[in-house]
Amino acid sequence: MTSDSVICTRGVRKVFGLVRVLDGVDLDVHDGEIVALLGANGAGKTTLLKILATLTRPTRGTARVAGHDVSREAEAVRRVIGVVAHGAWVYDDLTARENLKFWATLGGLDTRADDVMAALAGVGLERAADTRVRTFSAGMKRRLSLARAMLARPRVLLLDEPFAGLDQRGKKWLEGRLEALKAAGAAMLLVTHSFGRELGVADRLAVLAGGRIALDTPRGTLTADDVQRLYAAHTEETE
Amino acid sequence: MIRTLGWLSVVALVAGLVMSFGVAPREVTQGTVQRIMYVHVPLVISSYVAFIVLAVASFVYLLRRDPRADRVAHASGEIGVMFIGLGIATGSIWGKPTWGTWWTWDARLTSVAILFVMYVGYLLLRGSIDDPERAARFAAVLGIVAALDIPLVHFSVYWWRTLHQPPSLMKPGGFTGSTAILWPLLVNLVAFVILYAYLTARRARLLRAEAEAVA
Amino acid sequence: MTYARRALAVARKDVAVERRSKETLNALVFFSLLLLFVFQITLGADRDRLAAVLPGVLWLGFVLSALLALGRTFLVEREHDCWEGLLLAPGDKSAIYLGKLASNLVLMTVVEALVLGLFVIFFDIDIRRALPGLFIVVALGTFGLATVGTLFAAMTANVRAREVLFPVLLLPVQVPVLLATVKATEALLLGEPLGAVAHWLKLLAAADVIYLVVSVLTFDVILEG
Repeated sequence: MTSDSVICTRGVRKVFGLVRVLDGVDLDVHDGEIVALLGANGAGKTTLLKILATLTRPTRGTARVAGHDVSREAEAVRRVIGVVAHGAWVYDDLTARENLKFWATLGGLDTRADDVMAALAGVGLERAADTRVRTFSAGMKRRLSLARAMLARPRVLLLDEPFAGLDQRGKKWLEGRLEALKAAGAAMLLVTHSFGRELGVADRLAVLAGGRIALDTPRGTLTADDVQRLYAAHTEETE
Repeated sequence: MIRTLGWLSVVALVAGLVMSFGVAPREVTQGTVQRIMYVHVPLVISSYVAFIVLAVASFVYLLRRDPRADRVAHASGEIGVMFIGLGIATGSIWGKPTWGTWWTWDARLTSVAILFVMYVGYLLLRGSIDDPERAARFAAVLGIVAALDIPLVHFSVYWWRTLHQPPSLMKPGGFTGSTAILWPLLVNLVAFVILYAYLTARRARLLRAEAEAVA
Repeated sequence: MTYARRALAVARKDVAVERRSKETLNALVFFSLLLLFVFQITLGADRDRLAAVLPGVLWLGFVLSALLALGRTFLVEREHDCWEGLLLAPGDKSAIYLGKLASNLVLMTVVEALVLGLFVIFFDIDIRRALPGLFIVVALGTFGLATVGTLFAAMTANVRAREVLFPVLLLPVQVPVLLATVKATEALLLGEPLGAVAHWLKLLAAADVIYLVVSVLTFDVILEG
C-alpha cells in the first residue's frame, strides 16, 4: 500500500449469500484528491463505499482509511470520515438547526450554537435554520446532509451519488463546495453511475466493473463511450 | 472424528432400542406405547443440550468472531429444533392413548413449547438476513438473550401451573423407583446426545463448505 | 458526561419528533379505542365473565399496544434514512439504546394510562384499592417489555418480514413477564395484598435487571452494521 494513501483497499471481496459483488478491488485515494468511482447499477459501488464507511465488512481483503483497518478499527475510521449517503440522514420533523445539534451531540462533539449556525451558513441554509426539514427541497436536504458530514471536519469524505436529484444551480454549488474542501486537504471518494459534467470536479476516474477496478485513470483521458464499452464488456463476461 | 461419532451413535441407538424393548419392563397400565418414553425423554433433554451449546457457541462467537463458533450455533439450532419437534410429537403420540389428550398446558409441556418457538424464531431470524456476518452477530445476541431467559420461563411457568392450581395431568417419566426403567432410559439418553453431536458436526461441516464455496 | 448527553439527545429527539408528528401516538390511541370497542362487544354484558378475564384482557391490551409501539422504535430512522447515521455515530452505542428505551418508556406509559383509564371508565371497575400495587406491577412489566423490545426492534429494523419477525421473537422471550404481570394483576384486583404477589414481583425485578444488562451490553453488537 502506498504510504500516503488515506484510503487504501487491497483485494477487497464482498459476498452476499451466493453472489460475489466485489471480487478483488484495489483502490487508492490521497489527501487533497477527489476520485470518482463509476460503475453500472448493481456493480457494487455502494457496497465498496459502505465497506469504507464501516457499514459492512469485507469478506476478504483489506481496506484501510487513514491507516486504520475498517474491520478491526472501525471506531477509529468513523472518527475521520464524513458520509453523504443516498438518504440525507435528517429528521423531517426537526428543524435544520435541531438536526445538526442532534448529530453533533450524538457524535460526541462539543458544538455550540454559533458552530451550528456557522455550519448552516457554510451550506447556505442559515435563513432556513429554524424551518422543519419536511419543507426542504432535495437540494436543501443534500446541503444539510453535507453540513452534517462536515461537522467533525473529517479528513475523508465518502459521497454516494451526491449530484443526483439536484438542479443545475444545486450541482454548481456542490461542485464549488467540493473544490473548496479539496483545497482544504480533504480526500474524497465520489460514487456515481452517470458520466456527466459533474465529473469535472474529479481528479481521477476509477471504473468498477466485474467486481474489480477495470480502469483507473486521470480524468480527461476517458470519454462517455469508453465507459459504456467497459460496462458492456464486463456484462458480457459474466453472462 | 465425525465418522467415529456416527458409528458410535448407531451402536448406542441400537443398544438403546434393544434395551427399550428387551430389557425394560412392560408397563402395567399403559402397555407398549409407554416405551415411546425412551425416545421422547432423550429427545427433549437432547434439545436442551443443543440449546445450551447454541448459547455457549453464540457467546464465544461474540467474543472472538470465529465463524466456526457461529456454524456450531447455527447447526445446533437446526438439529435442536428437529429434536424438540420430534420430542413434542412423540410426547403427543404417547399422551393420546395414555391420558386421552394430545396436549395440555402443564408446566413441562408449556416450557417445551416456548423453547420450540424460540428455536423457530432463531432460525427465522437467521433466514431473514442476507449478510452472513450480520446474521451471525444477530443470531448470537438472540441466542444469549433466549438462553438467559430459559430459567425465568421455567420458574414463571412452574409457578403459574402449581400455585393455586390442581396438580398437572401428565407426569412424563417414572424415575422414582425401578432401575429397570432407569437403565434403558440412560442408554437412550446417551445415544441421542451422541446422535445430536454427530448430526450437528456434520451440519456444521456442510455450512463451512457452503461458506467456502462462495468466498 | 458525554455518554449521558448522547443518551439524552436521542431521547429528546424522539420525544420531539413524536410530539410533532404524533404518528405513533395516533396509531396507538386509535388502536386502544379499537381494542376497547371489541372487548366491550364481546365481554361487556356479562359482569362475572368480565371480572374473571379482566387481568388477561387488560394485559392483552397493554402487550398489543407495546408490540405496536416498540416495533416502531426505529421506524423514524428507517423512514428518514437515518439508520446508517446511527451506525456511524462514534462512541458507545448503548447510549443510543438507553435514549430509545427512555422514549419508549414514556410512550408506553402514556398509552397504558390511556388504556387503563378507558377500561376503568367503560367497564366500570373499581381499582382504587389495588392501585398502588398495580402501579408497581405495571411499571415492572412495562420495563421488562421495553428493554428487550427495544433491543429486538433494533435487531429486526432492517431485516425481511420485520413486522412478523418482531413479535415472533419478542413474545416467547417475554412469557415470564406476561405470566407474572397477569397473575399479579389478577391477585391484586381480587383484593389480595402486595405481599401475596411478592414472588411474582421478585421474578419481574430479576427479569428486568437481566434484560437491561444484556441489552446494554449487546446493543453495540447490533449496531455494528
